[in-house]
Amino acid sequence: MKARSFRGGIHPPEEKITSSLPIQELPLPQRVVLPLSQHTGAPAQPVVKVGERVKTGEKIGEAQGPISSPIHASLSGKVIEISDHPHPLGPPSLAITIESDGKDEYHPDIKHNNEYFRLHPNEIRQIVKEAGIVGLGGAAFPTYVKLSPPEDKWIDTVILNGCECEPYLTCDHRLMIEKAYEIIQGLKIIAQTLEVTSSYLGIEKNKGDAIRAMREEMRNEANMEVVPLKTKYPQGAEKQLIKAILNREVPSEGLPLDVGVVVQNVGTALAISEAVRKGRPLIERVVTVTGRGIKNPANLRVRIGTLFQDVVDYCGGFRGKPGKIIMGGPLMGFSQYTTQVPVIKGTTGILILPQEEVKEVRERACIRCGRCVDACPAGITPNLIGKFASKDRFDWAREYGVLDCMECGVCAYLCPAKIPLVQLIKYAKAQLAGAKLES
Amino acid sequence: MPQRLVVSVSPHIRIKGNIRRMMWDVVIALVPATIASIYFFGPKAIYIIFVTTFSSLFTEALIQKLGRKPVTISDGSAVVTGILLAFNLPPGIPLWMAGVGGAIAISIGKQAFGGLGHNIFNPALVGRTILLISFPVVMTTWSPPRFVPFDALTYATPLTALKENGALTPLKDLFLGNVGGCIGETSALALIIGALYLLLKKHITWHIPFTFIATTGILCGIFGGALYLLLFHILAGGLLLGALFMATDPVTSPTSRSGRVIFGIGCGAITALIRLKGGPPEGVSFSILLMNASTPLIDRFIRPRKILGVK
Repeated sequence: MKARSFRGGIHPPEEKITSSLPIQELPLPQRVVLPLSQHTGAPAQPVVKVGERVKTGEKIGEAQGPISSPIHASLSGKVIEISDHPHPLGPPSLAITIESDGKDEYHPDIKHNNEYFRLHPNEIRQIVKEAGIVGLGGAAFPTYVKLSPPEDKWIDTVILNGCECEPYLTCDHRLMIEKAYEIIQGLKIIAQTLEVTSSYLGIEKNKGDAIRAMREEMRNEANMEVVPLKTKYPQGAEKQLIKAILNREVPSEGLPLDVGVVVQNVGTALAISEAVRKGRPLIERVVTVTGRGIKNPANLRVRIGTLFQDVVDYCGGFRGKPGKIIMGGPLMGFSQYTTQVPVIKGTTGILILPQEEVKEVRERACIRCGRCVDACPAGITPNLIGKFASKDRFDWAREYGVLDCMECGVCAYLCPAKIPLVQLIKYAKAQLAGAKLES
Repeated sequence: MPQRLVVSVSPHIRIKGNIRRMMWDVVIALVPATIASIYFFGPKAIYIIFVTTFSSLFTEALIQKLGRKPVTISDGSAVVTGILLAFNLPPGIPLWMAGVGGAIAISIGKQAFGGLGHNIFNPALVGRTILLISFPVVMTTWSPPRFVPFDALTYATPLTALKENGALTPLKDLFLGNVGGCIGETSALALIIGALYLLLKKHITWHIPFTFIATTGILCGIFGGALYLLLFHILAGGLLLGALFMATDPVTSPTSRSGRVIFGIGCGAITALIRLKGGPPEGVSFSILLMNASTPLIDRFIRPRKILGVK
């Protein structure tokens, strides 16, 4: 059978150098720094004070407003600071620093629930919300919001995203091999919450061992299917995934809900399972530490809030001089100016490119070769949008579909003139958002 | 603590290819036709190619220097223009005239619009067309290729022979290039080998060449009097050179695939119209220039279908 897929896309070198390395536990760090904004939506509000003692899993930040998420202590110890701290996604922002007491004592409220399959959907939503679960594929959108579709939307399918199409990253790959049972429990809980009967798990074909592991675990499950997908970036983008698996198209500026689908990442499914079955809030995640700029690449289970520096030290330090330190993958990740930033809920990987792989390229004029247009998975014209953005014609950029762009980076990756198309697109989007706020 | 980390917007990896590589690949693709031109027209061919290339490079460097812009002649685009212009010149052209052609191509055809990426018309065709209008006799006087059994000072191209005398040139000669014409246009075989290289390297797509050639062939076959003329019209004149190497210039052709199909059909239809009904025997250059002018319009109306949106 031909692997299903979507229009456009690219196939860059996969670089999955950590795909056969089992997940290791990172020893407890001395301290964790927990930003109050680790998710899409309003930052959480601190509910602890400096000097207060906290236990592992205790809530230290309360969600604010309809789209937000609480923050939990990821180890036991003392709150030593609540102040601005470097954040991997932008300017320094308010964060709670906890110094470990070395005991890792769990909060007494954390206990197993063996009757979880009797829970009402609303009870599950509440648990997921209180556990601070957000999308762990990188976007960090609060999961309970996705599990609470509006009344007028009819949801019939859940898709679990195991594509991991970004080069280098392998955290989801390893989870599917090592935690297949828990992921399926998570998927069942999601299906139970949304009251849907058909569930799919999309995995790129380059992860044969993960496909086998998940199929093996799924053999006795009804209405659940593993779908091998073509290895192509951005196969794991929500709308491309829906197109590939169900052949449904999400309308321009629409959401998966509009076509009756909810997509969740496999790591998120695992987190949901841990929260609902074991009462554990989201205090750790698997991070791929990779690239030719790190001595010992690894897949690590890391407490949220661990500083990048602690992770790098555990992996033997840098190999040579680091040129770029990226949170996430090479195509959509965020480059960092310091290793003092913490691992947050959306940290899929820490990619270290050595200096010799980071070259400054000179931008040339667009020669209209059309590679970006042919490969754009959203079917827009990045070359023209880039041109409009550079001339501050945001109205035209909008007319040509800049808001349909998901910033996957395919255009800039391919551009022979080395035009920073994603940067121009982000600029245009920011300007349009600003204009909307003003009006 | 590491020093001097590079911070930039994603993506953090990029393909190795760049404009310079593309342009030099085009130069490589033009090598078979260059060899064919020397083979059929003697050393004069390489002199013409050398003069137009040098004059293109010199003009580009001069204008960029005068305009206090970075000199970018190493990107290979002026070399491509120079070679393509030479390919569109008759073997008997005086060398100074070829040099003027190169200067016109770069100055008026390219730099006047702002340089690479900004020109509306194919620079080489601008150079050729201005020469054609300025020196109509020289530009339409054809000397025979070396392997013609009789000695003559002038010689008809296959298309002139057909238009004026109804004479048909053998297809074998057309395919190999043993016919009169511009120095780079005669050998279909050499041009096709070069174009296959560009297709393989993905610098061009099939859309423009296929639709252009097919439209010209079919229209000339249907309305040209006899269907067997289809193959003749495809191989004769500058159609292959134009369709494979000139119309595919990315700067002056539409960016979307469907836009390219419209562009190719337009080129083919205009070429057929000029060949069958027009005054001059050949219309490839004009058809491409006219479609170059329509490219912004095509790009405005033909856009790829927006597929999946993100809020």
